[in-house]
Amino acid sequence: MKILVAISNVPDTTAKISFANGDSEFNSAGVTYIINPYDEWYALVRALELKEAGKASQVTLIHVGLTDSEATIRKGLAIGADDAVRINSDGPDAFFVADQIANYAKANGYELVLVGKETINYNGSSVGGMIGGLTDWAYVSLATKMDVDAGKVTLEHDIDGGSQVVEASLPLVVSCAKGMAEQRIPNMRGIMAARTKPITVVEATAGDKLTNVKSFVLAKGRTECKFIDENNVDQLVQLLHTEAKVI
Amino acid sequence: MSVLIYTEVNKGKVKKASLECVNYGAKIAQLLGTTATAIVVNADAAQLEEIGKAGANKILSVKNDAIGNDSILITAMVEQAAKAEGSKVIVFAFDVNGKAVAPRLSAKLRAGLVAGAVDYPAVNGAALEVKKNVFSGKAIALYSINSDIKVISLLPNSFPIVLGANAATVADFSADLSAIASKIVVKEVKSTSSGTSVPLPEAELVVSAGRGMKGPENWGMVEDLANAIGATTACSRPVADMHWRPHHEHVGQTGVAIRPNLYIAIGISGAIQHLAGVNGSKTIVVINSDKEAPFFKSADYGIVGDAFTILPKLTEAIKKLKANAN
Repeated sequence: MKILVAISNVPDTTAKISFANGDSEFNSAGVTYIINPYDEWYALVRALELKEAGKASQVTLIHVGLTDSEATIRKGLAIGADDAVRINSDGPDAFFVADQIANYAKANGYELVLVGKETINYNGSSVGGMIGGLTDWAYVSLATKMDVDAGKVTLEHDIDGGSQVVEASLPLVVSCAKGMAEQRIPNMRGIMAARTKPITVVEATAGDKLTNVKSFVLAKGRTECKFIDENNVDQLVQLLHTEAKVI
Repeated sequence: MSVLIYTEVNKGKVKKASLECVNYGAKIAQLLGTTATAIVVNADAAQLEEIGKAGANKILSVKNDAIGNDSILITAMVEQAAKAEGSKVIVFAFDVNGKAVAPRLSAKLRAGLVAGAVDYPAVNGAALEVKKNVFSGKAIALYSINSDIKVISLLPNSFPIVLGANAATVADFSADLSAIASKIVVKEVKSTSSGTSVPLPEAELVVSAGRGMKGPENWGMVEDLANAIGATTACSRPVADMHWRPHHEHVGQTGVAIRPNLYIAIGISGAIQHLAGVNGSKTIVVINSDKEAPFFKSADYGIVGDAFTILPKLTEAIKKLKANAN
């Protein structure tokens, strides 16, 4: 079984968020980019664990992006993926990205496609479900546990008010959340090996651009914190009741 | 054409997020000069009435015990309903099932999706323009949906629910799912909801505590405060990782992202990863013994002091307020 892990190239969690070109695009100047944490910590590491357990033959990274995301792809290879594919496109929206990944997975014999539960830049939780729709494969979202045995995949995933254990057959798309695996720090051997692992560059196929971002605006920050004396909690209760009107 | 709204019944009630979606879908229908149709599985008369009160003109009532939380079957059902109704806009909640179904349907219909909308859309020619939170709540993006059919999932707790006197026409709808083999077999369902408290993603009031509580044996006073307010309890990541509290209570970037009306954070320093999961809360109260705790910068109200002396006093003060209000 070959596993395809979709990774996104996102600004570091602590990056300063600002916009350029009349607020129509993200200002990447001076921003450090990382593998989207859910793609890295959960999807990629669990894929590697399955390979180490002899349950997968190959772990391939797939990324829809331009040349500037190669450092992020190399990091994924350093953590342990066998090889990587970069679809050469700026990935205009979730549907376009999902379409590219779905086409590649189907054409190249991948049976398990893993994504993180969401990206920390667009927070859409959309690409995995769209890949499922485009391939007509089953999709299990927000999975916290996954194991594979004789072509059957057993997963635990979140539902309203709890979780459920499900069994699915391959091919399958899974979005991975906390619980799936623990973060791995690449070691020197992995970093050296990553330098010679192949990154195949594939031109994007023509796809629909169903949505586009017209503009960005920073969220309103909070006004100054109002401090209340620790001996005067009644004042806090009054403020919550009469000013904030939340209790 | 009509606007189609997917709604759910959970634990004997129409989900709060679903009622928000009906309000939202009815508003979009008004904007487009059309009607709002809701679809719901296994709802009783009282639940159908409530969906009507939230503004649906028509309800497609489906009786089916196989659908459950299966995103493949839900997608097929909504797709058939959208065809039957000629729907051009389809609304979901951006909740657990909405996150699985809306993108699948979007792909099937080649319909542009905005996942996690926070405001009503605006019409711009044939496009709809919708705002959603991006960069974990640090910014808002204005999306244009350019496809003929449009899918929007609404971020829960974005709007208060308004129930009116409207009554919907109810029509039985039988989705034909015989050709769609469910590819997912449910083996076991585990419930994490404790007693009567509202599940975290839907909670309007949340009391959350972190390492500052020093140990799981001290959570009694956190629970007392939560009970006095009628709030759901939550915790920070280290607390869940140390097994002081169950994982489903963990709020933050890797845990559950929430946006209640009131978030009280006790003994939580406010790491950026924690803030990413709670900064959508309308009012934030921070109680911390360290006046340099970064969380105060993101708070509306703050108390610097010892949680062990403040919490019991705060609980009493809340009880007093509630007693006077009655």
